[in-house]
Amino acid sequence: MSWRWIVDVFRRRRLDADLDSQLAYHLDALEAEGRARGMSPADARAAARRDMGGLTQIKDAYRDQLRLPAVETIWQDVRYAVRAMRRSVTFTVVVVSTLAIGIGANTTVFAVLDSVLLQPLAYPTADELVALKLSAPGAPGLADGLRLSPSMYRTFADRNRVFQSLGVWVATRGTVTDVGEPEEVRAIGVSDGLLRTFNVPPAAGRWFVTGDHLGARRPPPTPLRQYTTVMLSYGYWQRRFAGQLSVVGRTLMVDGLPKTIVGVMPKEFRVVDADTELIFPLAFDDSRFTLAGFNYQGVARLRPGVTIAQANADVASLIPVWMRSWSDGPGTTSRIYETWNIRPDLRPLKGEVIAGVTDVLWVVMATIGLVMLIACANITNLLLVRAEVRQKELAVRAALGAGRARIIRGLLVESVLLGLLGGALGAALAYAGVRVLLAIGPANLPRLNEISVDARTVGFAAMLSLVSSVMFGLIPAWKYTAPRIAATLGTLGRTTSVSRQRHRVRSALVVVQVAIALVLLVSAGLMIRTFQSIRHVDPGFTEAEHLQLLRMFFSQTAGTDPERVTRMQNAIQDQLASIPGVSSAAFGSAMPMEGFGPNLGVVNFGRIYTQDQQGLTADNGPVRLFKYASPGFFRTAGTRVISGREIAWTEVYDLRPVVVVSENLARELWGTPSAAVGKYIRHLPDMPWHEVIGVVQDVRENGVYEHTPATVYWPTMSASLNARPGQPNAIRGVTFVVRSERTNTPAFLNQLRQAVWSVNPSLPASPRTMREVYDRSLARTSFTLVMLAIAASMALFLGVVGIYGVISYVVSQRTREIGIRATLGAQQRELQRMFVRHGLVLAAVGVAIGLGAAAGLTRLMSTLLYGITPLDPMTYAVVPVILVIATLLASCLPARRAASVDPIEALRSE
Amino acid sequence: MPKEVLQGTLDLMVLRTLDVMGPQHGFGLAKRILQVSQGLLDLNQGTLYPALLRLEQRRWIKSRWGVSENNRKAKFFELTARGRKQIDEETRNWETTVALMAKFLAKTGDL
Repeated sequence: MSWRWIVDVFRRRRLDADLDSQLAYHLDALEAEGRARGMSPADARAAARRDMGGLTQIKDAYRDQLRLPAVETIWQDVRYAVRAMRRSVTFTVVVVSTLAIGIGANTTVFAVLDSVLLQPLAYPTADELVALKLSAPGAPGLADGLRLSPSMYRTFADRNRVFQSLGVWVATRGTVTDVGEPEEVRAIGVSDGLLRTFNVPPAAGRWFVTGDHLGARRPPPTPLRQYTTVMLSYGYWQRRFAGQLSVVGRTLMVDGLPKTIVGVMPKEFRVVDADTELIFPLAFDDSRFTLAGFNYQGVARLRPGVTIAQANADVASLIPVWMRSWSDGPGTTSRIYETWNIRPDLRPLKGEVIAGVTDVLWVVMATIGLVMLIACANITNLLLVRAEVRQKELAVRAALGAGRARIIRGLLVESVLLGLLGGALGAALAYAGVRVLLAIGPANLPRLNEISVDARTVGFAAMLSLVSSVMFGLIPAWKYTAPRIAATLGTLGRTTSVSRQRHRVRSALVVVQVAIALVLLVSAGLMIRTFQSIRHVDPGFTEAEHLQLLRMFFSQTAGTDPERVTRMQNAIQDQLASIPGVSSAAFGSAMPMEGFGPNLGVVNFGRIYTQDQQGLTADNGPVRLFKYASPGFFRTAGTRVISGREIAWTEVYDLRPVVVVSENLARELWGTPSAAVGKYIRHLPDMPWHEVIGVVQDVRENGVYEHTPATVYWPTMSASLNARPGQPNAIRGVTFVVRSERTNTPAFLNQLRQAVWSVNPSLPASPRTMREVYDRSLARTSFTLVMLAIAASMALFLGVVGIYGVISYVVSQRTREIGIRATLGAQQRELQRMFVRHGLVLAAVGVAIGLGAAAGLTRLMSTLLYGITPLDPMTYAVVPVILVIATLLASCLPARRAASVDPIEALRSE
Repeated sequence: MPKEVLQGTLDLMVLRTLDVMGPQHGFGLAKRILQVSQGLLDLNQGTLYPALLRLEQRRWIKSRWGVSENNRKAKFFELTARGRKQIDEETRNWETTVALMAKFLAKTGDL
């Protein structure tokens, strides 16, 4: 079709007039000829008219040529298709709803995948942002690289030549006491330069300015000065202040001190992937900087044109500068950091944000995509059967002069129409689906707030429906318009045995379905096995559902004196323990998996020194996890004491230098847990040696998946918390843990609050259970499991329906043959077996192909697995059995029907 | 009895006529084609005029208004360069068809 056609459509009126005058001329010329041959004028005119033929027909033919032929006839096809669909409502409903579910599921997952993985982060020119990460291969024990210390931040910020700006941040918690009940909120401390790096303007008020980062002096050794201003997150602003603009300028009591609210950040703002309620300025005191204190995460904005490699090189050149510029104090050396081999490991910020979910989302997308393929295969099979039924109709159309292309197009129009209907419904389903997915999805999914169904999503649904409808439409269209239609006309009406070739297509489709279903079942099986192995892992605590947790922070207003704070904590512990139904209560710096990284000031990493047999000090290099545990902490949590005992209250109050260590640390340093008891450690040269009085089992601190860090449990009040010799301190951010069978009942929660407030009414008390913490740490795994299980059951169902359909069809096609066989003496059982065998052969081929495919594909999900390999023998043994049983059932039903065919009836029905 | 125009052959007839005779109006073309066919062909004007439009849409011929031999306004069609090339193409096709048919008709017994 040339562009002239299109032009001509618009010039139609003029061309009509053109034709009129051409025809008029033609007529006149004919008439003139007649007269010239001697006819009378009237005869000549009549003869000319006759010769000319019907003017109207000529014009019609001419106009036909003028039209856009494809568009015009496609419209015919559409009307025809709609009629056909209305004639077979059941078929249409089945196909459209299968498609709607398939497309809806795919679009839903795509909406999430697109928003989370594909769209740029919600910062201006986000591709310039990098995560300022460091690796320290020489420092074993650091699972996730090395974070930045304040002195590093200062060195990098002042001396780099590659960044427009950079900043560091740290996530922590704070207690707000003057808005409603005391509440423990999430808070993020940001250094000067961080907000500028993100460059997201505030929704109200202003950013922090340099003055906000000055702050007031605090007692040593902390390098952080007391800040006096605070910004709110949008969510907190809406929840607590109903979005009032007047909130800017008012004061808020945070951790017992008044802070002035200077601004509110907009709704979509996140600090990397962290959501928060409060943002406060980090006020660094450079005079107290040491080399250590690796608690901060860095973000930088690259100068335009600077590559990550260049930035890495620049930061690498600054690390020796940093080591020369600062010191860990008199008598220390920076040589230890040389052995750490610290290297910059800058990464695009987006990669950091989505790191944990990239695999999950792609696996889920692939899975759902495979389900879509199975659905398409099923629909193809349905269309094949339907085309078979409509063969007569098609043959008649062909006989009436419809070209093969035209019939193919007609059939394609039908499937595209089905596809678009399904797509439209599917897009609507996706709107709901995204909500469901967000509800069952991992609560810690990054960029959760950015997920939406947008134009791209709808475009995806449209594309998917078109592609799939062409996919399932083309095969039947192609097969049933092959140029043997004329021949079929004659034989129609008799159910002749169907050609092998046609069976082949249908069988191939079923084999593909079984193969895909097997892949999905294997993936789901692997996830189930992963869950099983996780369940067998002893996390280091017992009966998580019977552990109620209460997180709180004891600010300076609660008491400046460490002993006072400790007595208050002790009192709360006793109050909690005296609640009816409570078997024991305790507290510690954090419970496992609570989601406080080692950077939160709650738990710390540090090196320890051990005393060897000669009484000498040995520096043991690797960093250890430092935690703080009250007396009874291990008994309450259910952490087994392997050797020795827990710390006692008298030891806490007497400041006796005692510690408990984890089993793996004991084995590493002293060989056996029992050998550890009685040994001594310390983590600073000027602190007293601490005696190891107990060894407890290893605890999965960072989630079941993660390795168990070597851990030192210090008393909650100890000199280990303070660099100044002889000056003990008390841990102030603590998690109380209460063991009771009454967890999460309203009455119990009320009693918990009363118990806390009876000691100090300004403490927050928002309880959760250890089970919630544990489940949350498994959110990614359980999400994958649920999604794969859904996909696999859909696949299994569709696969079974596919096999059932094919066998039923074969049976119906071979009724006559069955009749003959039965007449000739074939036993029912034999007939039945014949069809079951057919189904089993198909399944076997599908299983064989599927096993191969699964072996290749499941390797892609190895990062999601735990405790098993992607080639888990158990899964690979069980899944084919399930599929074969399902196939057996699916082919038994139609086979029984075949066997019970009455031979007389079968033969007569022809 | 005059034959209907065989599908696809009218285009070649029109092109060839224009090639031999130069620019022609519709009536002239019809007349010439009938003349050449010596009454063997039944040329329907309902086929001719749409065909002319089709050829123009394919840009094998072009048209312009002119004055006829009897001094009346008429639409004249003439070949384009593409059209000239098309004649060769169509001629080859036709010859192939003729040769093919000839084989069938000549060797019926061998088929």
